[in-house]
Amino acid sequence: MPLNDNKRFVERDRNWHPPAYAPGYKTTVARSPSQAYVSLQTPSVSELAGPDFTRLRMGPHDNDLLLNFRADNEAQAGLPIGERVIVFGRVVDQFGKPVPNTLVEMWQANAGGRYRHKKDGYLAPLDPNFGGVGRCLSDDEGWYRFRTIKPGPYPWPNNINSWRPAHIHVSVMGPSISTRLITQMYFEGDPLIPLCPIVHTLRDPEAVETMTGRLDMARSRSMDCLAYRFDLVVRGELQTYFENQG
Amino acid sequence: MQQPNSQPSAALMLRETASQTAGPYVHIGLALDIAGLPPREEEIWNRLASPQADGEAIELVGRVIDGNGDLVRDALLEAWQADAHGNYQCEFDLQAAFNSFGRTATTAESDGEWCFHTIKPGQVARRDGRLMAPHVTLAVFARGINIQLHTRLYFEDEAEANAACPVLNAVESPARRQTLIAKREESEGKVRYRFDIRLQGEGETVFFDF
Repeated sequence: MPLNDNKRFVERDRNWHPPAYAPGYKTTVARSPSQAYVSLQTPSVSELAGPDFTRLRMGPHDNDLLLNFRADNEAQAGLPIGERVIVFGRVVDQFGKPVPNTLVEMWQANAGGRYRHKKDGYLAPLDPNFGGVGRCLSDDEGWYRFRTIKPGPYPWPNNINSWRPAHIHVSVMGPSISTRLITQMYFEGDPLIPLCPIVHTLRDPEAVETMTGRLDMARSRSMDCLAYRFDLVVRGELQTYFENQG
Repeated sequence: MQQPNSQPSAALMLRETASQTAGPYVHIGLALDIAGLPPREEEIWNRLASPQADGEAIELVGRVIDGNGDLVRDALLEAWQADAHGNYQCEFDLQAAFNSFGRTATTAESDGEWCFHTIKPGQVARRDGRLMAPHVTLAVFARGINIQLHTRLYFEDEAEANAACPVLNAVESPARRQTLIAKREESEGKVRYRFDIRLQGEGETVFFDF
Protein backbone atom coordinates (compact mmCIF):
# COMPACT_ATOMS: atom_id res chain seq x y z
CA MET A 1 0.00 0.00 0.00
CA PRO A 2 1.57 3.31 -0.95
CA LEU A 3 1.28 5.82 1.87
CA ASN A 4 -1.09 8.01 0.01
CA ASP A 5 -3.08 10.26 2.30
CA ASN A 6 -4.70 12.02 -0.62
CA LYS A 7 -7.40 9.39 -0.68
CA ARG A 8 -10.63 9.07 1.25
CA PHE A 9 -13.01 6.24 1.92
CA VAL A 10 -16.76 6.48 1.53
CA GLU A 11 -18.13 7.24 4.97
CA ARG A 12 -19.26 4.19 6.88
CA ASP A 13 -23.05 4.27 7.15
CA ARG A 14 -23.65 3.62 10.81
CA ASN A 15 -27.38 3.23 10.28
CA TRP A 16 -26.70 0.36 7.94
CA HIS A 17 -24.38 -1.50 10.30
CA PRO A 18 -25.83 -2.69 13.60
CA PRO A 19 -25.86 -0.02 16.32
CA ALA A 20 -23.60 -0.53 19.35
CA TYR A 21 -26.62 -0.65 21.65
CA ALA A 22 -29.04 -3.33 20.45
CA PRO A 23 -30.83 -4.62 23.57
CA GLY A 24 -32.33 -7.68 21.85
CA TYR A 25 -28.74 -8.96 21.88
CA LYS A 26 -28.27 -8.63 25.62
CA THR A 27 -24.48 -8.50 25.79
CA THR A 28 -24.51 -5.20 23.89
CA VAL A 29 -26.29 -3.46 26.78
CA ALA A 30 -23.19 -3.11 28.99
CA ARG A 31 -20.66 -3.12 26.15
CA SER A 32 -22.00 -0.22 24.05
CA PRO A 33 -20.53 3.27 24.41
CA SER A 34 -23.04 5.87 25.56
CA GLN A 35 -21.08 8.89 24.31
CA ALA A 36 -21.03 9.91 20.67
CA TYR A 37 -18.01 8.85 18.61
CA VAL A 38 -15.62 11.67 17.71
CA SER A 39 -15.52 11.98 13.93
CA LEU A 40 -12.09 12.58 12.41
CA GLN A 41 -12.77 15.18 9.75
CA THR A 42 -9.23 15.04 8.41
CA PRO A 43 -8.15 11.42 8.29
CA SER A 44 -4.40 10.93 8.26
CA VAL A 45 -2.15 8.11 7.19
CA SER A 46 -2.91 6.60 10.63
CA GLU A 47 -6.42 5.83 9.36
CA LEU A 48 -5.87 5.61 5.61
CA ALA A 49 -3.05 3.07 5.46
CA GLY A 50 -3.19 -0.56 6.52
CA PRO A 51 -1.18 -3.76 6.60
CA ASP A 52 -0.37 -5.72 3.45
CA PHE A 53 -0.13 -9.46 4.16
CA THR A 54 1.36 -10.58 0.85
CA ARG A 55 4.48 -11.77 2.68
CA LEU A 56 2.68 -13.60 5.50
CA ARG A 57 3.74 -17.22 5.18
CA MET A 58 0.80 -19.56 5.10
CA GLY A 59 0.56 -23.34 5.03
CA PRO A 60 -0.72 -25.23 1.96
CA HIS A 61 -3.99 -26.16 3.71
CA ASP A 62 -4.70 -22.92 5.54
CA ASN A 63 -7.82 -22.43 3.39
CA ASP A 64 -8.85 -26.10 3.44
CA LEU A 65 -10.63 -26.98 6.68
CA LEU A 66 -11.19 -30.54 5.48
CA LEU A 67 -7.44 -31.12 5.69
CA ASN A 68 -5.90 -28.56 8.03
CA PHE A 69 -6.63 -30.28 11.34
CA ARG A 70 -6.06 -33.97 11.87
CA ALA A 71 -6.61 -36.25 14.86
CA ASP A 72 -3.38 -37.03 16.73
CA ASN A 73 -4.57 -40.58 17.13
CA GLU A 74 -3.90 -42.52 13.89
CA ALA A 75 -6.97 -44.71 14.40
CA GLN A 76 -9.24 -41.64 14.39
CA ALA A 77 -7.46 -39.63 11.69
CA GLY A 78 -9.62 -38.90 8.67
CA LEU A 79 -11.96 -36.30 7.27
CA PRO A 80 -14.27 -34.18 9.41
CA ILE A 81 -17.92 -35.16 9.71
CA GLY A 82 -20.45 -32.93 7.97
CA GLU A 83 -21.69 -31.58 4.66
CA ARG A 84 -18.72 -30.79 2.46
CA VAL A 85 -18.93 -27.27 1.05
CA ILE A 86 -16.88 -24.75 -0.87
CA VAL A 87 -17.32 -21.18 0.36
CA PHE A 88 -15.98 -18.67 -2.12
CA GLY A 89 -16.53 -15.15 -3.34
CA ARG A 90 -15.01 -11.94 -4.42
CA VAL A 91 -13.79 -9.04 -2.33
CA VAL A 92 -14.80 -5.78 -4.01
CA ASP A 93 -15.17 -2.21 -2.85
CA GLN A 94 -18.35 -0.15 -2.99
CA PHE A 95 -17.57 0.87 -6.57
CA GLY A 96 -17.24 -2.76 -7.61
CA LYS A 97 -13.46 -2.56 -7.87
CA PRO A 98 -11.82 -5.89 -6.94
CA VAL A 99 -9.64 -5.90 -3.83
CA PRO A 100 -6.65 -8.14 -4.62
CA ASN A 101 -4.20 -9.77 -2.18
CA THR A 102 -6.18 -8.96 0.91
CA LEU A 103 -6.32 -11.21 3.95
CA VAL A 104 -9.58 -13.11 4.41
CA GLU A 105 -9.86 -15.14 7.62
CA MET A 106 -12.71 -17.32 8.86
CA TRP A 107 -13.68 -19.50 11.80
CA GLN A 108 -16.66 -21.66 12.58
CA ALA A 109 -18.25 -24.42 14.68
CA ASN A 110 -18.17 -28.05 13.58
CA ALA A 111 -21.12 -29.93 12.06
CA GLY A 112 -22.63 -30.41 15.52
CA GLY A 113 -22.44 -26.72 16.39
CA ARG A 114 -19.44 -27.04 18.73
CA TYR A 115 -16.42 -24.76 18.58
CA ARG A 116 -12.91 -26.01 19.23
CA HIS A 117 -12.36 -23.43 21.96
CA LYS A 118 -11.42 -23.82 25.61
CA LYS A 119 -14.52 -21.88 26.61
CA ASP A 120 -17.15 -23.77 24.58
CA GLY A 121 -18.82 -26.46 26.67
CA TYR A 122 -21.80 -27.29 24.44
CA LEU A 123 -23.13 -30.87 24.57
CA ALA A 124 -22.24 -31.63 20.96
CA PRO A 125 -18.85 -33.37 20.68
CA LEU A 126 -15.65 -32.04 19.20
CA ASP A 127 -14.69 -33.57 15.89
CA PRO A 128 -11.13 -34.97 16.15
CA ASN A 129 -10.51 -33.95 12.52
CA PHE A 130 -11.88 -30.44 12.58
CA GLY A 131 -10.21 -27.29 13.90
CA GLY A 132 -12.50 -24.65 12.39
CA VAL A 133 -10.08 -21.96 11.23
CA GLY A 134 -9.08 -20.85 7.75
CA ARG A 135 -7.31 -18.00 6.01
CA CYS A 136 -6.18 -16.99 2.55
CA LEU A 137 -5.29 -13.99 0.43
CA SER A 138 -7.69 -12.90 -2.27
CA ASP A 139 -6.19 -13.40 -5.73
CA ASP A 140 -5.33 -10.72 -8.31
CA GLU A 141 -9.02 -10.29 -9.13
CA GLY A 142 -10.26 -10.34 -5.55
CA TRP A 143 -11.42 -13.96 -5.42
CA TYR A 144 -11.05 -16.06 -2.28
CA ARG A 145 -11.96 -19.66 -1.59
CA PHE A 146 -12.28 -22.07 1.33
CA ARG A 147 -13.20 -25.74 1.57
CA THR A 148 -14.94 -26.78 4.77
CA ILE A 149 -17.98 -28.49 6.26
CA LYS A 150 -21.24 -26.70 6.90
CA PRO A 151 -21.33 -25.68 10.58
CA GLY A 152 -24.27 -26.71 12.74
CA PRO A 153 -26.64 -24.33 14.55
CA TYR A 154 -26.26 -24.13 18.33
CA PRO A 155 -28.09 -22.77 21.36
CA TRP A 156 -26.77 -19.81 23.32
CA PRO A 157 -27.85 -17.95 26.44
CA ASN A 158 -29.67 -14.80 25.35
CA ASN A 159 -33.40 -15.41 25.51
CA ILE A 160 -34.48 -18.67 27.15
CA ASN A 161 -34.25 -20.59 23.89
CA SER A 162 -32.05 -18.69 21.44
CA TRP A 163 -30.27 -20.48 18.60
CA ARG A 164 -27.62 -19.23 16.25
CA PRO A 165 -28.29 -20.05 12.61
CA ALA A 166 -25.47 -21.95 10.94
CA HIS A 167 -22.82 -19.33 10.25
CA ILE A 168 -19.18 -18.78 9.39
CA HIS A 169 -17.36 -15.80 10.90
CA VAL A 170 -15.53 -13.93 8.14
CA SER A 171 -12.88 -11.27 8.65
CA VAL A 172 -11.46 -9.11 5.86
CA MET A 173 -8.80 -6.43 6.00
CA GLY A 174 -9.21 -4.55 2.71
CA PRO A 175 -6.74 -1.85 1.66
CA SER A 176 -6.77 0.11 4.93
CA ILE A 177 -7.63 -0.19 8.58
CA SER A 178 -10.63 1.97 7.63
CA THR A 179 -11.99 -0.89 5.51
CA ARG A 180 -11.45 -3.55 8.19
CA LEU A 181 -14.60 -5.61 8.62
CA ILE A 182 -15.75 -8.69 10.53
CA THR A 183 -19.07 -10.24 9.59
CA GLN A 184 -20.84 -13.59 9.60
CA MET A 185 -21.97 -15.56 6.58
CA TYR A 186 -25.36 -17.22 6.93
CA PHE A 187 -26.68 -19.95 4.64
CA GLU A 188 -29.45 -19.07 2.24
CA GLY A 189 -32.83 -20.43 3.32
CA ASP A 190 -31.92 -21.21 6.95
CA PRO A 191 -35.17 -20.81 8.97
CA LEU A 192 -33.16 -19.74 12.04
CA ILE A 193 -31.92 -16.53 10.34
CA PRO A 194 -35.11 -14.51 11.00
CA LEU A 195 -35.22 -15.76 14.61
CA CYS A 196 -31.68 -14.77 15.58
CA PRO A 197 -31.17 -11.85 18.01
CA ILE A 198 -27.73 -11.13 16.54
CA VAL A 199 -29.12 -10.96 12.99
CA HIS A 200 -31.80 -8.67 14.42
CA THR A 201 -29.21 -6.12 15.50
CA LEU A 202 -29.50 -5.00 11.86
CA ARG A 203 -32.44 -2.74 11.20
CA ASP A 204 -32.57 -3.06 7.43
CA PRO A 205 -33.58 -6.44 5.96
CA GLU A 206 -31.42 -5.63 2.93
CA ALA A 207 -28.38 -5.53 5.19
CA VAL A 208 -29.13 -9.13 6.21
CA GLU A 209 -29.05 -10.07 2.52
CA THR A 210 -25.45 -8.85 2.34
CA MET A 211 -24.53 -11.56 4.88
CA THR A 212 -26.25 -14.43 3.10
CA GLY A 213 -24.16 -17.00 1.28
CA ARG A 214 -25.95 -18.20 -1.85
CA LEU A 215 -26.06 -21.77 -3.05
CA ASP A 216 -24.19 -21.89 -6.36
CA MET A 217 -24.85 -25.18 -8.15
CA ALA A 218 -22.57 -24.23 -11.03
CA ARG A 219 -19.56 -24.14 -8.71
CA SER A 220 -20.56 -27.23 -6.76
CA ARG A 221 -18.86 -30.51 -7.62
CA SER A 222 -20.88 -33.57 -8.48
CA MET A 223 -20.44 -36.48 -6.06
CA ASP A 224 -18.26 -34.23 -3.89
CA CYS A 225 -19.48 -30.94 -2.43
CA LEU A 226 -21.91 -28.04 -2.68
CA ALA A 227 -20.73 -24.44 -3.12
CA TYR A 228 -21.88 -21.22 -1.48
CA ARG A 229 -20.94 -17.85 -2.88
CA PHE A 230 -20.31 -15.01 -0.48
CA ASP A 231 -19.04 -11.73 -1.92
CA LEU A 232 -17.57 -9.21 0.48
CA VAL A 233 -18.01 -5.48 -0.10
CA VAL A 234 -15.63 -3.13 1.71
CA ARG A 235 -15.67 0.66 1.83
CA GLY A 236 -15.02 2.35 -1.49
CA GLU A 237 -11.90 4.38 -2.06
CA LEU A 238 -12.32 7.91 -3.36
CA GLN A 239 -9.63 10.04 -4.91
CA THR A 240 -9.73 13.68 -3.97
CA TYR A 241 -9.45 15.96 -6.98
CA PHE A 242 -9.29 19.30 -5.30
CA GLU A 243 -6.42 20.60 -3.27
CA ASN A 244 -8.37 23.00 -1.08
CA GLN A 245 -8.34 20.64 1.87
CA GLY A 246 -6.04 21.73 4.64
CA MET B 1 -26.67 -0.53 -18.87
CA GLN B 2 -27.66 2.27 -16.54
CA GLN B 3 -28.80 5.51 -18.15
CA PRO B 4 -26.41 8.24 -16.94
CA ASN B 5 -27.91 10.71 -14.46
CA SER B 6 -31.06 8.65 -14.08
CA GLN B 7 -30.29 7.48 -10.55
CA PRO B 8 -29.28 9.23 -7.34
CA SER B 9 -25.51 8.72 -7.10
CA ALA B 10 -25.79 6.74 -3.84
CA ALA B 11 -27.88 4.13 -5.64
CA LEU B 12 -25.00 3.43 -8.04
CA MET B 13 -22.76 2.42 -5.19
CA LEU B 14 -22.75 -0.98 -3.51
CA ARG B 15 -23.56 -1.21 0.17
CA GLU B 16 -20.82 -2.39 2.46
CA THR B 17 -21.24 -5.95 3.76
CA ALA B 18 -22.87 -5.51 7.17
CA SER B 19 -20.83 -6.05 10.30
CA GLN B 20 -21.58 -8.67 12.95
CA THR B 21 -20.01 -9.27 16.32
CA ALA B 22 -16.77 -11.27 16.33
CA GLY B 23 -18.38 -13.31 19.11
CA PRO B 24 -16.88 -15.13 22.10
CA TYR B 25 -14.87 -17.58 19.98
CA VAL B 26 -13.02 -14.98 17.88
CA HIS B 27 -9.77 -16.54 19.14
CA ILE B 28 -10.27 -19.64 16.99
CA GLY B 29 -9.89 -17.48 13.92
CA LEU B 30 -7.63 -14.63 14.98
CA ALA B 31 -5.81 -15.63 18.20
CA LEU B 32 -5.34 -19.40 17.93
CA ASP B 33 -3.18 -19.81 21.01
CA ILE B 34 -5.87 -18.29 23.24
CA ALA B 35 -8.44 -20.75 21.88
CA GLY B 36 -6.05 -23.63 22.55
CA LEU B 37 -5.32 -24.32 18.89
CA PRO B 38 -1.84 -25.14 17.54
CA PRO B 39 -0.07 -22.32 15.67
CA ARG B 40 0.20 -22.28 11.89
CA GLU B 41 3.38 -21.48 9.98
CA GLU B 42 3.13 -17.78 10.88
CA GLU B 43 0.66 -16.04 13.15
CA ILE B 44 -0.17 -12.34 13.48
CA TRP B 45 0.30 -11.60 17.16
CA ASN B 46 1.37 -9.10 19.80
CA ARG B 47 5.10 -8.64 19.21
CA LEU B 48 5.39 -5.67 16.85
CA ALA B 49 9.06 -5.03 17.50
CA SER B 50 12.08 -7.31 17.82
CA PRO B 51 15.10 -6.22 19.91
CA GLN B 52 16.68 -5.01 16.64
CA ALA B 53 13.96 -2.43 16.02
CA ASP B 54 14.91 1.24 16.30
CA GLY B 55 13.37 3.12 19.19
CA GLU B 56 12.51 2.68 22.84
CA ALA B 57 11.25 -0.83 23.65
CA ILE B 58 7.98 -0.62 25.56
CA GLU B 59 5.00 -2.73 26.54
CA LEU B 60 1.44 -1.57 26.20
CA VAL B 61 -0.93 -3.23 28.64
CA GLY B 62 -4.47 -2.72 29.80
CA ARG B 63 -7.89 -4.05 30.52
CA VAL B 64 -11.23 -3.66 28.81
CA ILE B 65 -14.02 -2.80 31.24
CA ASP B 66 -17.76 -2.83 30.57
CA GLY B 67 -20.50 -0.51 31.81
CA ASN B 68 -20.93 -2.53 35.01
CA GLY B 69 -17.25 -2.24 35.87
CA ASP B 70 -16.63 -5.87 34.97
CA LEU B 71 -13.64 -7.08 32.99
CA VAL B 72 -14.25 -8.00 29.37
CA ARG B 73 -12.22 -11.19 29.09
CA ASP B 74 -13.09 -12.13 25.54
CA ALA B 75 -11.97 -9.02 23.64
CA LEU B 76 -9.58 -9.05 20.71
CA LEU B 77 -7.56 -5.90 19.97
CA GLU B 78 -5.72 -4.84 16.85
CA ALA B 79 -2.95 -2.25 16.99
CA TRP B 80 -1.71 -0.02 14.18
CA GLN B 81 1.20 2.30 14.82
CA ALA B 82 4.13 4.06 13.19
CA ASP B 83 7.74 3.05 13.77
CA ALA B 84 10.15 5.14 15.86
CA HIS B 85 10.68 7.48 12.88
CA GLY B 86 6.99 8.13 12.35
CA ASN B 87 6.63 5.85 9.32
CA TYR B 88 4.09 3.08 8.91
CA GLN B 89 5.59 -0.24 7.88
CA CYS B 90 2.70 -1.50 5.81
CA GLU B 91 4.32 -4.62 4.42
CA PHE B 92 3.69 -7.13 7.18
CA ASP B 93 6.77 -9.32 7.47
CA LEU B 94 7.61 -11.34 10.57
CA GLN B 95 11.27 -11.35 9.49
CA ALA B 96 11.37 -7.56 9.78
CA ALA B 97 12.50 -5.84 12.98
CA PHE B 98 9.26 -3.90 13.23
CA ASN B 99 5.68 -4.33 12.03
CA SER B 100 3.03 -1.65 12.31
CA PHE B 101 0.21 -4.16 12.86
CA GLY B 102 -0.43 -6.61 15.68
CA ARG B 103 -3.15 -8.41 17.60
CA THR B 104 -3.71 -9.27 21.24
CA ALA B 105 -6.51 -10.49 23.49
CA THR B 106 -7.64 -9.63 27.01
CA THR B 107 -6.49 -13.02 28.24
CA ALA B 108 -3.17 -12.79 26.42
CA GLU B 109 -0.51 -12.91 29.13
CA SER B 110 -2.29 -12.35 32.41
CA ASP B 111 -5.91 -12.76 33.32
CA GLY B 112 -8.08 -10.02 31.88
CA GLU B 113 -5.21 -7.97 30.45
CA TRP B 114 -4.03 -7.45 26.92
CA CYS B 115 -0.42 -6.71 26.03
CA PHE B 116 1.66 -5.53 23.05
CA HIS B 117 5.46 -5.68 22.88
CA THR B 118 6.49 -2.77 20.72
CA ILE B 119 8.47 0.44 20.49
CA LYS B 120 7.30 3.95 21.14
CA PRO B 121 6.08 5.37 17.83
CA GLY B 122 7.41 8.60 16.39
CA GLN B 123 5.26 11.56 15.44
CA VAL B 124 3.23 11.34 12.25
CA ALA B 125 2.25 14.36 10.18
CA ARG B 126 -1.15 14.92 8.68
CA ARG B 127 -1.39 16.06 5.11
CA ASP B 128 -1.73 19.66 6.27
CA GLY B 129 1.70 19.34 7.87
CA ARG B 130 0.41 19.39 11.44
CA LEU B 131 2.15 16.84 13.62
CA MET B 132 0.11 14.41 15.65
CA ALA B 133 1.47 13.32 19.01
CA PRO B 134 2.84 9.75 19.11
CA HIS B 135 -0.12 7.39 19.16
CA VAL B 136 -1.28 3.83 18.56
CA THR B 137 -4.62 3.23 16.86
CA LEU B 138 -6.53 0.40 18.55
CA ALA B 139 -9.58 -1.49 17.32
CA VAL B 140 -11.63 -3.45 19.86
CA PHE B 141 -13.65 -6.51 18.84
CA ALA B 142 -15.68 -8.67 21.24
CA ARG B 143 -18.89 -10.51 21.92
CA GLY B 144 -21.52 -7.80 22.40
CA ILE B 145 -19.63 -5.34 20.16
CA ASN B 146 -21.49 -5.27 16.86
CA ILE B 147 -18.84 -3.36 14.95
CA GLN B 148 -15.30 -2.68 16.11
CA LEU B 149 -14.60 0.37 18.26
CA HIS B 150 -11.67 2.58 17.28
CA THR B 151 -9.63 4.46 19.80
CA ARG B 152 -6.13 5.92 20.11
CA LEU B 153 -3.54 5.38 22.80
CA TYR B 154 -1.37 8.44 23.59
CA PHE B 155 1.59 8.65 25.97
CA GLU B 156 1.58 10.46 29.32
CA ASP B 157 5.18 11.62 28.97
CA GLU B 158 4.50 13.44 25.68
CA ALA B 159 2.62 16.32 27.30
CA GLU B 160 3.85 18.98 24.88
CA ALA B 161 3.08 16.97 21.74
CA ASN B 162 -0.26 15.87 23.20
CA ALA B 163 -1.26 19.48 23.88
CA ALA B 164 -0.62 20.35 20.21
CA CYS B 165 -2.14 17.22 18.66
CA PRO B 166 -5.01 18.13 16.31
CA VAL B 167 -6.74 14.80 16.88
CA LEU B 168 -6.65 14.99 20.68
CA ASN B 169 -7.91 18.55 20.38
CA ALA B 170 -10.81 17.34 18.24
CA VAL B 171 -12.16 15.84 21.46
CA GLU B 172 -14.13 18.77 22.85
CA SER B 173 -14.07 17.80 26.51
CA PRO B 174 -10.59 18.14 28.07
CA ALA B 175 -11.62 15.59 30.70
CA ARG B 176 -12.46 13.05 28.03
CA ARG B 177 -9.08 13.60 26.31
CA GLN B 178 -7.53 12.12 29.43
CA THR B 179 -9.18 8.77 28.66
CA LEU B 180 -6.74 8.48 25.72
CA ILE B 181 -3.54 8.97 27.72
CA ALA B 182 -1.65 5.84 28.78
CA LYS B 183 0.17 5.99 32.13
CA ARG B 184 3.88 5.23 32.26
CA GLU B 185 5.15 2.57 34.69
CA GLU B 186 8.64 1.22 35.14
CA SER B 187 9.40 -2.10 36.74
CA GLU B 188 12.28 -4.57 36.40
CA GLY B 189 13.91 -2.23 33.92
CA LYS B 190 10.92 -2.39 31.57
CA VAL B 191 8.89 0.57 30.43
CA ARG B 192 5.23 -0.14 30.34
CA TYR B 193 2.27 2.06 29.47
CA ARG B 194 -1.07 1.18 31.00
CA PHE B 195 -4.24 1.93 29.07
CA ASP B 196 -7.63 0.73 30.28
CA ILE B 197 -10.47 0.89 27.80
CA ARG B 198 -13.83 1.69 29.40
CA LEU B 199 -16.61 0.80 27.02
CA GLN B 200 -19.39 2.67 28.77
CA GLY B 201 -20.27 4.99 31.64
CA GLU B 202 -17.93 6.81 34.01
CA GLY B 203 -14.56 7.48 32.40
CA GLU B 204 -15.81 6.10 29.07
CA THR B 205 -12.95 5.97 26.58
CA VAL B 206 -13.22 8.23 23.54
CA PHE B 207 -14.00 6.24 20.41
CA PHE B 208 -13.47 7.61 16.93
CA ASP B 209 -15.32 7.35 13.66
CA PHE B 210 -13.21 7.64 10.54
